[in-house]
Amino acid sequence: MTALLEMRGISKTFPGVKALRNVNLAVQAGEIHAICGENGAGKSTLMKVLSGVYPHGSYEGDIIYEGEQRQFAGISDSERLGIIIIHQELALVPLLSIAENIFLGHEPAKMGVIDWDEAFRRTRELLAKVGLNEQPTALITHLGVGKQQLVEIAKALAKKVRLLILDEPTASLNESDSAALLELLREFRRQGIASILISHKLNELAAVADFITVLRDGTTVETIDCHAEEISEARIIRSMVGREMSERYPHRVPRIGDTLFEIRDWRVEHPQHPGREVIKGVSLNIRAGEVVGIAGLMGAGRTELAMSVFGRAYGRHIAGQAFIQGREADLSSIQKAVAGGLAYLTEDRKNLGLILGEDIKSNITLANLAGVSRYGVIDDHGETEVAEQYRSKLNIRSSGILQKALNLSGGNQQKVVLSKWLFADPCVLILDEPTRGIDIGAKYEIYTIINDLAASGKGVLVISSEMPELLGICDRLYVMNEGRLIDEMPVHEASQEKIMAAIMRQHGAAR
Amino acid sequence: MSQEVARNSGNDANGAGFWKSNLREYGLLGSLLLIMALFEYLTGGVLLAPVNITNLILQNSYIVIMALGMLLIIVGGNIDLSVGSIVGFVGAIAATMMVDYKMPWVPVVGLSLVVGGLIGAAQGYFVAYAKIPSFIVTLGGMLIFRGLTGNILLGQFVGPFPKDFQSISSGFIPDFVSPPLLAIFGNGIGPNFRWTSMLIGVLGAALLIFTSARRWRRGRAHATETEPFALFAGKNAIFAILMIGFGYLLASYRGLPNVLIIMGALILLYMFVTTRMTVGRRIYALGGNRMAAQLTGGTSERVIFLTFVNMGALAGLAGLIVAARLNSATPSAGNSFELDVIAACFIGGASASGGVGKVMGVVIGAFVMGVMNNGMSILGIGIYWQYVVKGLVLLAAVYVDGYQKNKT
Repeated sequence: MTALLEMRGISKTFPGVKALRNVNLAVQAGEIHAICGENGAGKSTLMKVLSGVYPHGSYEGDIIYEGEQRQFAGISDSERLGIIIIHQELALVPLLSIAENIFLGHEPAKMGVIDWDEAFRRTRELLAKVGLNEQPTALITHLGVGKQQLVEIAKALAKKVRLLILDEPTASLNESDSAALLELLREFRRQGIASILISHKLNELAAVADFITVLRDGTTVETIDCHAEEISEARIIRSMVGREMSERYPHRVPRIGDTLFEIRDWRVEHPQHPGREVIKGVSLNIRAGEVVGIAGLMGAGRTELAMSVFGRAYGRHIAGQAFIQGREADLSSIQKAVAGGLAYLTEDRKNLGLILGEDIKSNITLANLAGVSRYGVIDDHGETEVAEQYRSKLNIRSSGILQKALNLSGGNQQKVVLSKWLFADPCVLILDEPTRGIDIGAKYEIYTIINDLAASGKGVLVISSEMPELLGICDRLYVMNEGRLIDEMPVHEASQEKIMAAIMRQHGAAR
Repeated sequence: MSQEVARNSGNDANGAGFWKSNLREYGLLGSLLLIMALFEYLTGGVLLAPVNITNLILQNSYIVIMALGMLLIIVGGNIDLSVGSIVGFVGAIAATMMVDYKMPWVPVVGLSLVVGGLIGAAQGYFVAYAKIPSFIVTLGGMLIFRGLTGNILLGQFVGPFPKDFQSISSGFIPDFVSPPLLAIFGNGIGPNFRWTSMLIGVLGAALLIFTSARRWRRGRAHATETEPFALFAGKNAIFAILMIGFGYLLASYRGLPNVLIIMGALILLYMFVTTRMTVGRRIYALGGNRMAAQLTGGTSERVIFLTFVNMGALAGLAGLIVAARLNSATPSAGNSFELDVIAACFIGGASASGGVGKVMGVVIGAFVMGVMNNGMSILGIGIYWQYVVKGLVLLAAVYVDGYQKNKT
């Protein structure tokens, strides 16, 4: 069998660094080929070379596709041949319908007049293929992330895709949506469509991939044939980091003190739909030196709970009491919440966490400008020292504190946001998906920071969709579902099965 | 990640990288010098004649002053179309108080600034708290205050003003040191040479070199300053020579105009506010990413509100300067000033989407517009062709800017 795609000896140099060094990749028609590697290993760069974002001539090596040498000058060249990339950040227009999005740019039209009957008919066909039960006229903004992902795939199918490239497709999906997506990839495999899957979720890769190519520091480490050997996460990690990762979670001896933060009967209404309760009477507490986790499925209301607590950054008609160190706290605005000692690390660091165009220094001091200024005048020297201190303490890899946040990798961006909140010196930190989309090495560093925070007597509340992570770093877990806390357990009694069972039990009770 | 690190550290190592990433600022300064040289040549030396330099400053001072306020508005992600009308309105109020009610000029100046600030506060309320887009609010303000100006003045010129008030615009700083120096040097350099102005020019240049050298050395010590020494020295040398040169030119006419002192002080103040003060930092953060800035506990509404109050007060000051210069208030005073002011900001590198822009850039941008206005007027180019040329220059500046950004 000849390969559908063969990339031979690809090297790509940016000023001052070799991003890719002699990388080889071969993908057969109708196979699922996973690519994994730590952030910065060169995965996205390789895909940009393949799709023509970096045009022919800006890299070395050959791309052979369908048996011919290809020299793509841009994305449109590769798309014409059926190579379609679906990026991590979805590229749909929120206020247009599914059909309009699918055919955006190549609408079925005669003389510039769109044939809507044709567009809707084909949209229905495509939606049926991806298993999405929505009307073609439904607006994107009304769909969840999982369904939007399916629309993206339908859009790719509309372009006669032969090689589908998915960059972290399940990063923001819940378990059942992820499973559905992976099943779809298997269906494509049966139809002869090849997929390249980039993911940090190693268990998914192990479950679905035919081959796994591992990149490390811009070179191909190996291509694992998943049918020839038993694939385990440990096996992939070893290959990615080049060593055995025996401890994925740093060890910690908890020293737990008095209650630091507590909310009682917290209720929040949806900001746009009056009367619809999103948070339905939640009570929880966090003690000094304790790491508390909230487990739950996507849409359980965890982020909404955290943001409503953090100065009513979400929702309306917020009711309930909050206590910080035993005293009732006024959390009616973000300023008051910050002043009261709360910090909220957002799950969406690019849009809500960072000023991307500003440098590391100004991002770090933003939440506590008073700490580096006097009478409203910033002490340049002091600010620089603060920024340098966090840069070395949290090991933020950058050229200096004046590097723009935009140019940092995900893990380092997250460390900048963390630094910002550490410098604000809160007593309770709410960390919403603190390790989403960052590589294993950086994850470990963030876990270490969380441990240090707890050790210094702060309370930490962690929201995460990765259950092993919660089980690995927390002392106590709450399980949340549909706006309620439905279970609470110390971590030594908890397991993934027990958490899922609690959620399912409640689903059953609701019906 | 490793690739970005290496890319930037590459910049540190050689000057070429720095040059490339800061091309815009040097380019802007270069364009201004180029345009000045061009008009100096075309006008046969009239542009840089002492009397014309003085004129250039008088004509441009209010544009520069308003551009400082407009920069903060634009960085915060808004726009203010009403500043031209506020100039007219405040001029009319001041004229009425001084001419019709015979009020002394000092309290009139104070009251006028307050009126400007209040207008800004009113518009700022609608933008910041009522969340109406600033384009709409200030479009309304532009119409309202232009109309009120006409109504107050009943369609007529009101003036003249007391001498002291006029001297805000048309006056020059007093000369303290000339008599003794003249006694020493005799009349060799001319009996009317304003030594004070010359000295201020030299002192200013020395101060500039001293402070920027200190900042540069400190920055090097922290590794936060990446500008190669040659560029740093060259840039400051040009600035210093310009300051001394203009000091000399102005001294050989009538000395430094009062407005130049006001303008210079305000430029320094706003540089300080934008780079060193927390409120400045908050404006940039808000414009850069409103949601993220809010989630750190910044009071976004108040900051936006304040940028409008500030703009109103500066527009009020500009109104006084314009009135003092014309020695009368007219219904059309300040007409279409907002266009020059906004153009100055965009030529100077402010981003229409907010979060980006520097005081020095905007000042240079304002002088690009000013030199073109002045030069084309000297050449006798019709006002309509002047509009065409200015429009093309604005477009070209922003186009080159966008092209630069896409390339890197």
